[in-house]
Amino acid sequence: MANKKAFGGLKGREIMVLGIIAIMAILFSILSPTFRTYPTLVSVLDNSYYITLMALGVTFPLITGGVDLSIGTGLVSYALIGGYLIVHQNVPVAVGILACIGIGLLIGLFNGALVALMDLPPFLATLCTCMITRGLGPALCGGFGVSWPSAIAEAGAFRKIFKFTTATGTVIPVGIISMIVLVIIMSFVLDHTRVGRYTIAIGSNKEATRLAGVNIKFYHVLAYVISGFFAGLAGVAYAATYATIYPGSGAGFELDAIGGAIVGGVSATGGVGTIFGSFLGVIVICLMKVGLPFIGLQANWQQIFTGIVLIAAVLIDVVKKKE
Amino acid sequence: MGDIILTMKGIDKSFPGVHALDHVDLEVRKGEVLALMGENGAGKSTLMKVLTGIYKKDSGTITYEGKEIEFKNTREAQDAGIVIVHQELNMLGHLTVAQNLFIGREFKKGIRIDDRKMNEEAKKLFDRLNVDIDPTETMSHLTVGKQQMCEIAKAVSFDAKVIIFDEPSAALTESEIEEMFKIIRDLKKKDIAMVYISHRMDEIKVITDRVTVMRDGAYVGTLITEECTKEDIINMMVGRVIYEEPKTESAVPKDAPVVLKVEHLNAGRMVQDVSFELRKGEILGFSGLMGAGRTETARALFGADPKESGDIYVNGKKVTINNPQDAVNCGIGYLSEDRKRYGIVVQKTVAENTTMASMQDFMNGIFIDKKKETEIADKYVEALATKTPGVDQLVVNLSGGNQQKVVIAKWLTRNSDILIFDEPTRGIDVGAKNEIYKLMNKLVEEGKSIIMISSEMTEILRMSDRIVVMCEGKKTGELDISEAKQETIMNLATREIE
Repeated sequence: MANKKAFGGLKGREIMVLGIIAIMAILFSILSPTFRTYPTLVSVLDNSYYITLMALGVTFPLITGGVDLSIGTGLVSYALIGGYLIVHQNVPVAVGILACIGIGLLIGLFNGALVALMDLPPFLATLCTCMITRGLGPALCGGFGVSWPSAIAEAGAFRKIFKFTTATGTVIPVGIISMIVLVIIMSFVLDHTRVGRYTIAIGSNKEATRLAGVNIKFYHVLAYVISGFFAGLAGVAYAATYATIYPGSGAGFELDAIGGAIVGGVSATGGVGTIFGSFLGVIVICLMKVGLPFIGLQANWQQIFTGIVLIAAVLIDVVKKKE
Repeated sequence: MGDIILTMKGIDKSFPGVHALDHVDLEVRKGEVLALMGENGAGKSTLMKVLTGIYKKDSGTITYEGKEIEFKNTREAQDAGIVIVHQELNMLGHLTVAQNLFIGREFKKGIRIDDRKMNEEAKKLFDRLNVDIDPTETMSHLTVGKQQMCEIAKAVSFDAKVIIFDEPSAALTESEIEEMFKIIRDLKKKDIAMVYISHRMDEIKVITDRVTVMRDGAYVGTLITEECTKEDIINMMVGRVIYEEPKTESAVPKDAPVVLKVEHLNAGRMVQDVSFELRKGEILGFSGLMGAGRTETARALFGADPKESGDIYVNGKKVTINNPQDAVNCGIGYLSEDRKRYGIVVQKTVAENTTMASMQDFMNGIFIDKKKETEIADKYVEALATKTPGVDQLVVNLSGGNQQKVVIAKWLTRNSDILIFDEPTRGIDVGAKNEIYKLMNKLVEEGKSIIMISSEMTEILRMSDRIVVMCEGKKTGELDISEAKQETIMNLATREIE
């Protein structure tokens, strides 16, 4: 892939993040015997799906030089609405899932319109939709928590997409396969289609891209639509992983995804980034989230460490740019 | 006439590849207004930047009030009493007039900023200058003219002994200019020396005492304003030896078809009722001084900026161009003067930049055909002799001349027939310049048509078949190359606008 090589440090960045993942895994395994068990691995993966999905999507607005803060509260809201339809309105599960994804897509379209058509600063626009989506779910569903059908129930079959329990009780985290497939597909979109090409072009030089005769408004909106679509998917993954969805939660989820993407080499100022990098970055975040409690540090420390890792990641970019 | 307050002698300054100032002399007297004139790139601004410490001179001496000095930064120059009033206003729009005037040197009462005292001081200052501005008014609510007055007042408040005006009238209306002149005359009486950089001949005659002319980074001479004519000044500005042979006659047949016709184009103050035609195989030069509205005309034509009115015909057919997409679809390509900002996507590769305007031809279903992309990029790297290690090289790593070739490749890939070159050789070194010229000549031989905006007189005379001259947003003349001379062009470019 000539493209990758040409992006200079990026490939190096991915190797670096892989190294960090290896070091963290080894360190946690040495310090905690319970960490190096199969259930822990499943737990790390379970906790990673919705963050991975958010990260795959939000990588697009980030590369255009923007951001999407609405995905965290959004995914909870979409899952809430989807679950409400299934449990209280008796719609088929498939319809609930489609509703979840569809609303995410619409909110993405709304974000895109605010940013690309009405020129609102991305931070502000998506902060507003973050608030809107936070209230939207509870408002529509009466403010109660919702539990999607459990894995034992027939209607809970969708949960098996992410976690498959065999007859003997062995748990297989099949979700990771879907994640890898999606990473490959979205890498292709970013590297080999016009959508990806223009997303990067808008992030590196919007005006030059416009003067080349590219319909930048369309592709700029599309970046947010992709982000919203993946927030919808993340909503499904979240509903499949956790027993109950509580209204009003979800604030801060987006930070795990955005942080992961930036650790993985997406430039905070746009123009640079890979899907694979974002994926690896999310794994770093999730390892910290699950791993730190195993070595006796509270979950709060995960936040602190994530912040520090992010500063390091951005510093590397700044120093590299100066050179 | 007063005593000499400032003398610059033998000032020399080189930038990589450019000898910007070549042993320049300048002398300013107390209580006089000295006009500093010259074409674009003559070195006026550079000289003033050396004076105020923005650039460090290579050699030469600056004597100010009898002492040899060298300022390290504008702050030092300000403290010594030398202040520049810039063309672009450096005002903070959300703050009040008084807050702007005293920014960085606020009056304080304990740890609190004393706004009342600042307002009082500002009022005193305005009274002294006979200007009617309310110090408590928000800066962005003032007209451009009033903002300019504030800039001048600020300069005066530094106890300035020398004030440099860098094209102060560019954004002002007639009555605002008149008001500014009143202040300048007032300052003269107070024995303040002023350097006035401007292209407007009529203003020079009205307000200045002497004229110093620069050309190509060198001092040419100084005239007493009262004793000279506009022609004298123009002759000094353009009297260079042209090394490259200028074109003597147009290579385009008189009956060549018109590929582009622009009628009554209007877009703000900088593009007023501009009409012209471009023939097949022609290089149409656009000449004029800075701020003549040439780039604005090109951008309006290309749909990069909105236009108010005007008709555009491509190959005899009327077309609607509302955005760059429309223009590109009409076969027009625009090569910006500011390549880094508008021309290339620096963090992308040569190949990616080459296909940027014509992605639809490089698709295989929904996927980009990278093999085809590499092939076309390779083809143009060879055809244009672009120096790059490969087409997967990031454009940011190429030299200016080679970046320009990548932009040309982009429009050739799009098969654009009408190319607008805006300052095609700006920031490109001499050898590469010739290559770009050869390339442009080859393009018109192959039947492309070119609009070339250039501020370099030699470039205009060497490349153009016909020349359109603009001044302050209006077209002031059109010349066939056979009748074009430096003097005639400069005359049209400085035509007084009633």
